[in-house]
Amino acid sequence: MTALDTTGLAPPRGFRAQEAADQAFRGVTFFAAAIVLLTLVGILAALAWGSVPAFRAFHFTFFIRQVWNPVTVQFGALAPIYGTLVTSAIALLLGVPVSFGIAIFLTELAPEWMRRPIGTAIELLAAIPSIIYGMWGLFVFAPYFANHLEPWMTAHLGGIPFVGALFRGPPLGIGMLTAGVILAVMIVPFISAIMRDVFLTVPAVMRESAFSIGATTSEVVWNIVLPYTRTSVIGAVMLGLGRALGETMAVTFVIGNAHKIHASLFMPGATISSTIANEFTEAVGDVYYSSLIALGLTLFIVTVVVLGLAKLMLRRLDYRLR
Amino acid sequence: MLRGFTLAAFLCAALFAGANSAQAGNISGAGATFPYPIYAKWADAYKTKSGIALNYQSIGSGGGIKQIKAKTVDFGASDMPLKPEDLDKAGLLQFPMVMGGVVPVVNLKGVKADDMKLTPGVLADIYLGKITKWNDPAIAKLNPGLSLPGSAINVVHRSDGSGTTFIFTHYLSQVSPDWKSQVGENTSVEWPVGVGGKGNEGVAAYTKQLNGSIGYVEYAYALQNKLANTLLQNGAGTFVAPNSESFQAAAANADWNHAPGLYLLLTNQPGKDSWPITGATFILMYKNQDKPDTAREVLKFFNWAYVNGGDMAAKLDYVPMPKNVVELVRGIWEKNIKGPDGTPVFDPSMAMGSNK
Repeated sequence: MTALDTTGLAPPRGFRAQEAADQAFRGVTFFAAAIVLLTLVGILAALAWGSVPAFRAFHFTFFIRQVWNPVTVQFGALAPIYGTLVTSAIALLLGVPVSFGIAIFLTELAPEWMRRPIGTAIELLAAIPSIIYGMWGLFVFAPYFANHLEPWMTAHLGGIPFVGALFRGPPLGIGMLTAGVILAVMIVPFISAIMRDVFLTVPAVMRESAFSIGATTSEVVWNIVLPYTRTSVIGAVMLGLGRALGETMAVTFVIGNAHKIHASLFMPGATISSTIANEFTEAVGDVYYSSLIALGLTLFIVTVVVLGLAKLMLRRLDYRLR
Repeated sequence: MLRGFTLAAFLCAALFAGANSAQAGNISGAGATFPYPIYAKWADAYKTKSGIALNYQSIGSGGGIKQIKAKTVDFGASDMPLKPEDLDKAGLLQFPMVMGGVVPVVNLKGVKADDMKLTPGVLADIYLGKITKWNDPAIAKLNPGLSLPGSAINVVHRSDGSGTTFIFTHYLSQVSPDWKSQVGENTSVEWPVGVGGKGNEGVAAYTKQLNGSIGYVEYAYALQNKLANTLLQNGAGTFVAPNSESFQAAAANADWNHAPGLYLLLTNQPGKDSWPITGATFILMYKNQDKPDTAREVLKFFNWAYVNGGDMAAKLDYVPMPKNVVELVRGIWEKNIKGPDGTPVFDPSMAMGSNK
């Protein structure tokens, strides 16, 4: 093997300048990427530092205590964690199938002239500020839930063993269920827009081959489109979940803001972000203030854990399919 | 050479003095959201009159206390007065600026404003979750004329920390030993029952929305949202309606003279016309002022507001402080707020000067 000997060769004219420009460009892009990391580390450090008084007072029982009492200065994150997870779960349960339906309809079934208006409408939904969803939820959704949906659910679902407990209770219209439904409405545009885009990336050749050997549309969706786009679809769901976990204003309007864990979905609850939004301005005292920052840290941890678990699930799924 | 240097130094000093007095022209404060509308109104009127602008940030009482302790503002504002020992520790003093009333409101079919009578004990038991139905004998006995349904009472409270909640829970703690021991008083508490709305407007919206609900809001919000307020039995045993007269009656009977640090809450005041859930909102200032000129401008503004701001306050459904309290506050300013050289910042002749 003879390596090309370049030591004696002088670089061509202008090469040095180009190299310098390259270096500078690399530096700039690296700096841009580093800002993201630095911000992340900085936020995490600030949250951790701010949480110190709370953890000094309650140790790690902070995560498993339901109490939230500013009078006796006793705080625990369990009720907000529960509220955050339950509302997000409701949102995904309702939002993902609907988004999937929208995306499939738009890419596989809808006539050409319908695709653009519906697609634009979905993108517009995504642009509505969350406080509008909150007000709409409070003034339109909540009364409807209180007067129609929740009594109906109690009558028809309340009798089922175990699950029935979720649907019994006073029909207030303000509570975890309403918050979950509002969240579902909010995440649908995000998930469906991404799903539509990734479904469009499936090569026409693959689709057409399947059709040519006699596959039906549903067979093409399940056996060609979904397996091809699986990773991106789960990514879309994760993005929606991320938004649901952190959503603040809309939830604050309709969840009822009570630091209690109830079996019933009709009862008021609280999420981590709604608690922070509600109480931060008037939190007097080091431990109270610090407990709210610790809640922020908790949301950070919950998000990382949930998204990590999802990634792990995805890897398992990949492994099994191979 | 030396003379030139001295001249330059002199010019510099003059320049700085000029800059300082220009800065002293504007005053800044931060804190409670409840009095923000009236502070903004006063600031606007005062600027037209004197040319001095007030920059008030309504970031919440907790934030106001933090900001004044960090000395980033000239005064702090809080709905919850600080305890005398906390004031001394921080070197602060406080004085009440304007008052308001908190009123229970109900949303019950056929029940209009001033229809329903409640006693302190019944109100506390409703918020403790002990009375859960509208046709409970305790409520029925007080209201023989009303047809009360057997439906559940939906309790509405504030979800955010607020001076309104502090006044309300302070009142309940005074009238109910159970409330005092089980819940207590604070800007936010661990509510035994109910749903929480954000802000007075949130409680008003929830109360309107939920049939058979009871909530508590600042008086102005009850009026604006046309919510049905209840009558409430006061310490003297009479059932009173909330209005500016009954708030003023509570304030007039309050004993400010014997309240160290002006730590006084106007809940459950004596007098047969007093509305029992009345409260004042407070201003916090340092006793020893590094910038006496600015402090003087701040006091001038508040003095002007005491003298000329009453009508503006009443228009926005606040209650101005009674004359005797204003006199007391002026005395406290004169005695306690001092510049670096120990001379009082507030000159009693200023009280007259701006009375135009």
